Formats: sequence, C-alpha cells, structure tokens
Amino acid sequence: MSRKQKRTLIRIIISLFLFAAAYLANIFNTNERVRFFAFLIPYAIIGWDILWRAARNILHGQIFDENFLMAIATIGALTLREYPEAAAVMLFYQIGEWFQQYAIGKSRRSISELMNIRPDYANIEAENGLVQIDPYELNIGDTIVIKPGEKIPLDSVIIEGRSTLNTSALTGESVPKDVCAGDTLISGCVNMTGLLKAKVTKTFENSTVAKILDLVENSSSKKAHAENFITKFARYYTPLVVISAALIAVIPSLIFGEWSEWVQRALIFLVVSCPCALVISIPLSFFGGIGGASKHGILVKGGNYLETLANAEIIVFDKTGTLTKGNFIVTEINPAQISEKDLLELAALSESYSSHPISESLKEAYGKTIDTSRISDAEEIAGQGVRAVVDGKAVYTGNDKLMRSIGIQYNECRQNGTIVHVSVDNVYAGYIIISDEIKPDAIDAVKTLKQQGIRTVMLTGDRREAGEFTAKRLGIDEVHAELLPDDKVTEVEKLISTKSPRGKLAFVGDGINDAPVLACADIGIAMGGLGSDAAIEAADIVLMDDAPSKIALAMKISRKTLKIVKQNIVFALSIKFIILLLGALGMATMWEAVLGDVGVAFLAILNASRALKTKK
Amino acid sequence: MKKQYQLVNLDCANCAAKMENAIKKLSGVNSASVNFITQRLILDAEDSHFDKIINEVIKLCKKIEPDCTIKI
Repeated sequence: MSRKQKRTLIRIIISLFLFAAAYLANIFNTNERVRFFAFLIPYAIIGWDILWRAARNILHGQIFDENFLMAIATIGALTLREYPEAAAVMLFYQIGEWFQQYAIGKSRRSISELMNIRPDYANIEAENGLVQIDPYELNIGDTIVIKPGEKIPLDSVIIEGRSTLNTSALTGESVPKDVCAGDTLISGCVNMTGLLKAKVTKTFENSTVAKILDLVENSSSKKAHAENFITKFARYYTPLVVISAALIAVIPSLIFGEWSEWVQRALIFLVVSCPCALVISIPLSFFGGIGGASKHGILVKGGNYLETLANAEIIVFDKTGTLTKGNFIVTEINPAQISEKDLLELAALSESYSSHPISESLKEAYGKTIDTSRISDAEEIAGQGVRAVVDGKAVYTGNDKLMRSIGIQYNECRQNGTIVHVSVDNVYAGYIIISDEIKPDAIDAVKTLKQQGIRTVMLTGDRREAGEFTAKRLGIDEVHAELLPDDKVTEVEKLISTKSPRGKLAFVGDGINDAPVLACADIGIAMGGLGSDAAIEAADIVLMDDAPSKIALAMKISRKTLKIVKQNIVFALSIKFIILLLGALGMATMWEAVLGDVGVAFLAILNASRALKTKK
Repeated sequence: MKKQYQLVNLDCANCAAKMENAIKKLSGVNSASVNFITQRLILDAEDSHFDKIINEVIKLCKKIEPDCTIKI
C-alpha cells in the first residue's frame, strides 16, 4: 500500500463513521439545516479532492473526466436535497477507487516481478578489489567478474572458471547448464556455482536481457484490435452518455414537469458514463498475458500477436530443428546372421576414417574408442559409402547403390531415415537406420494443438518417405516434403488461401533460414531464441528454448487472454447498459450507479489479473 | 530519436489514453505510446527539436492529468 492509499483509507474510515452518525441523527432530527450539515461533513472529508480536481481540470479544458462527472452527480443530489445519497455516492466511489488502485498496484507489482531479470550492476576488477558499476558503462572487450548467485549482466565469453547456469529466468525451464572457459554467457541467466571471469561481447543495449525487456515493455505499443476498439469506444461513449443525460434532464421535464425526478435520473447517467472498467482492464489483460507468457520463456511482441495466435486455425511446422532435434542418431539395427552388436561394430570401424555425419552417428552409437589397428585399407566411395578391411575381412558399408555395384543382395526397405547396408566378405550382414530424432515433447504438443481444433501441417526439405514417417509418428495432419526454401513460402501462401476468412495461420520455425516464411505467415513463431538474434528479430513470437510444447502453451495463454478480454467487455458493457436503462426508467438509484461504475471496474481488473497466470 | 520516460503517479487509464492521443498529434512526433501498466512513455520524435517537443509533452501531461509528472 502506498502512502497515498493509506491516507485515502484513513479518510474513508473517518467519513464512514461520520456518515453513520449523520444517518442516525437523521432518524431523530428532521431539521433540514441540521441534516444538510450532518451529511456535508463526511461528504467534504471524502470528496474535497474530487471537487478540487474537477474544478482544476475544467480550467485546463478537460471536461467529462471522472472527477467532473462525480462532482456534478453529487452536487446535483445535494441541490435535490438528497443529502444521504450525495455523501454515500461520494464515499462509495472513493471506496471503489481505492480497491481499484489497490488491484492495479498489485498487478503492476507482479508484472515488474516478471521483468526482474534486469541486472543492476556488473563487477569489474580494480586496484582495490572488485567494483560494482552500471552495466551500461561497459564496452566490448572489457573483463567482468560474475560471482555465484549473481545475474550475468552482459552477453560475454568465459575466460576463466567453470560453473553451472540457471536459465529459468529466460526460458521458464530450470535445466541447469554447465559452462567452462570459451563458452558464451547469455545475460539474464544466473550464475549458480563458480566464480567466472568473462570478456564482454555485446554492449548492454545489444545484450539479450536488454532486448527481451525492450521487447516485452514495448509490446503495448502494438495494440490488439480489441484494445483499439475500446479506446475508440471510450472516446464516443462518455460524451454520448453525458448528452443523453442532458436530454433526459430537460426534455421529459418540459413535457411532464417533475424536474427533480428527471434530473435525478440524469445524474445516474453521469455516474456510469466513465469507461474506466474497460480502459484499464483490456490493456491490463493483454499485458498480463504477455507478461505471463514471458515467464514461461515465450516472448510475444505485441497484444495484436496474442490476438492473432488465439485465432490460429492452421499451424505450420518446419520439420528439422523444430519438431525434430536435427541431430542424426542410430534408430534401428537389423542384422542378418550376425549379432546387432557385431553389425554396429563393423559399421563403426569401417566408417571410422570418414568425417561424414553418418559415420559420426555410427561412432556415437558404438560408444567405444575405435581401435584403429583393426582397420586397414579404408577407402571412401563417393556417393555410395566406404570400403575397408576390418580384422582381415573386406567390409563394405553404404547405401543401396553401393550394394548394387558390388553385386550383393540386400533387403530393400522403405523406411524413415538413411539406410546403411553392411556386407562382410561378400555376404550381406544387415542394415542400420539412422534418422533424425523427434523431440521428446513434440508428440504431446501436436496432440494438444489438435485437441484445440487446430490443423497441423509439416513442411520439410527431406525425402517424402522420411517426412511422411515423421508426420505419422507425430500425428500431424498434413505433410509437404522435398521442398526448397522458396517452395516453403509458396506452400504457406497456398495454405493461407484454404483457411476460413477469420482464421489465422501460424508458422513455426527455428528462425535461421526461414525468415521469408516467418514473414509471410499471419504470425511467425521462432524457436531457440536464446542466443539467436536472428530468431528474435524475425519472428512475432519467440520461444526462448526449443521445446514444441511451448507452442501449445502459447496458444493456451493467448486463448485465455482473449477470453478474459471478451468477458470483461461483455460484462462491463452489459452492466452499464442495464443501469442506464433502469436509470432512464427511474428504477435504479445512485447507489447502483456507483456500483456499476467502480464496482465493475474493480471486478474487471481482478478478472484481468488472471491473465498473468497460466499453468502449463 | 526514441526515448523512454517514467510517468510518476499515472493513476487513471483514461488519462493515459488521452495523453497518448494528444502527444501523437504534436508536430514532430513520429510515434508515442503511453503504457498505463508500466507507467512509461515511449516517445519517438524528430532529433532536431526533441527538446522543444519534450517540453510540449510535459505541458500536455500537466494539462490532462495534473497529478502525474514525467521523470526526466
């Protein structure tokens, strides 16, 4: 609670007592003058600042603000000799405002907590030990020291020391990362265990942490349609309600008489004419959604993107690096006559002189150090494989073409991945399949998206069989394979034309080679933003780590935010219109009107603050 | 030039919207955004008379919401 809030709270309590006293006095004493003063005291204590601001703002040419409307409404009530109403409305209004400020303060604090990744200082070595300085003042090439428990202030490279980093502030996942000399440090991560000495590679403005903060803080300048609608609506709503109030006060009175009755109805209009509930809660919901997403390592560059994502109908994935790890591993060993272990050993040994990615994955699967004395006469056959003598036997390891050229019968198989056949002394020994590994959470991610009614499409430059195999395992609806980078753009354009007019298409890639595709989709999502400036620049939504499950989470957050926004719009507007209607018909009192104003605003803010928290 | 300012005591969301609109209409301002939640103003204006523009912005804010001040 701020000092200002405390003071208002004290004023509220004092005037509540005085109001209760006046109310009791009112029952026993019906003297007009006594009644007037009895209620005027609490009214003045609680409402002086409103009256003062109203007067001051009119002098500044600001009519139709809340203060003015409340002042007119209560002064109107006083002149109609509705003393208890005037005091109560003012009191009620201030209580509502107080709660509203309290809720705003709370949301502001939780948002600033989310953005608490800003490093406050950097340590540099000076003659008399370590000195803390503003990270802004450091230049590229300077040496900094990071103690255990401290945030990494700038992007840098370790010169000395080893430690474990916690990246959870940036990625939302607390997977510790071990680092040692020569590794890059990303600002915003927390150094957990060891003392590190590092060389600055980027100035503070260009460091990851500054970019992320900039992105989230500026996200409010890219407003969603719903937000723009509310701002526009607010501009017309207040004047319109005030004009109707004037009409209600004057026209029926001229026809039917009973001025005081119609003026009183008009005053009700004035009380509900403030669009506060909407003007505060809608941006707060979007900002809360964006803030909540950033806590999970999902950066959204604006409310408009959150809105677009919530309407996504088709999600297009790039295959390699997005749904699959992009590293090739041995996934299947199919020996003929010999054991699995022997087949793998023969393949790994015979390929040991090659630096081809396939031989790397064979060696990795083999796992033991290669005894080079067992191999002789190794020779690479371009585009086919290798030939080598292992333990005195002639071993051929390679693809279908190699087997055909040496005249060996092999098992033809149509499977995902690259097939490596092995033959020993002209006898077929079996085959090994090497394929791209699917990310552990990819299957669940696709499933969750499909449950949300989203059509999933995968694009890949790989062979058709490999693409179809991966798509089938993941449960993806559609796959387009053998695409060149340009084809991906054409394919996305084709898909855009198949969606419904209000639906949107999202593209998910690793942000490295797919900038044109990211740009042509309605919304571009890049993965692996941590340490990749290209990804952060190119996309509308950046996933700091590269887990596909974050897409489903981002989707969930965006839909929840939009749902809250819609709830608030419908709730606030319908309450206001009901009160306007009842007021015009003479069925609502000022009390209900104040409730319709500040009460609705308070509830809308509380509802909006839900956007901050979405569980996985 | 693009600069960020802290708005102290920005307590009224409608005023924030009004401020943003009024600042955008000032000549020499390329874009402006007032964030009620973070209480920040992001002003992008022409370099040549940035000082003059920021003075006008301060005056505007005083006029729309006298309780709110721009921290420079």
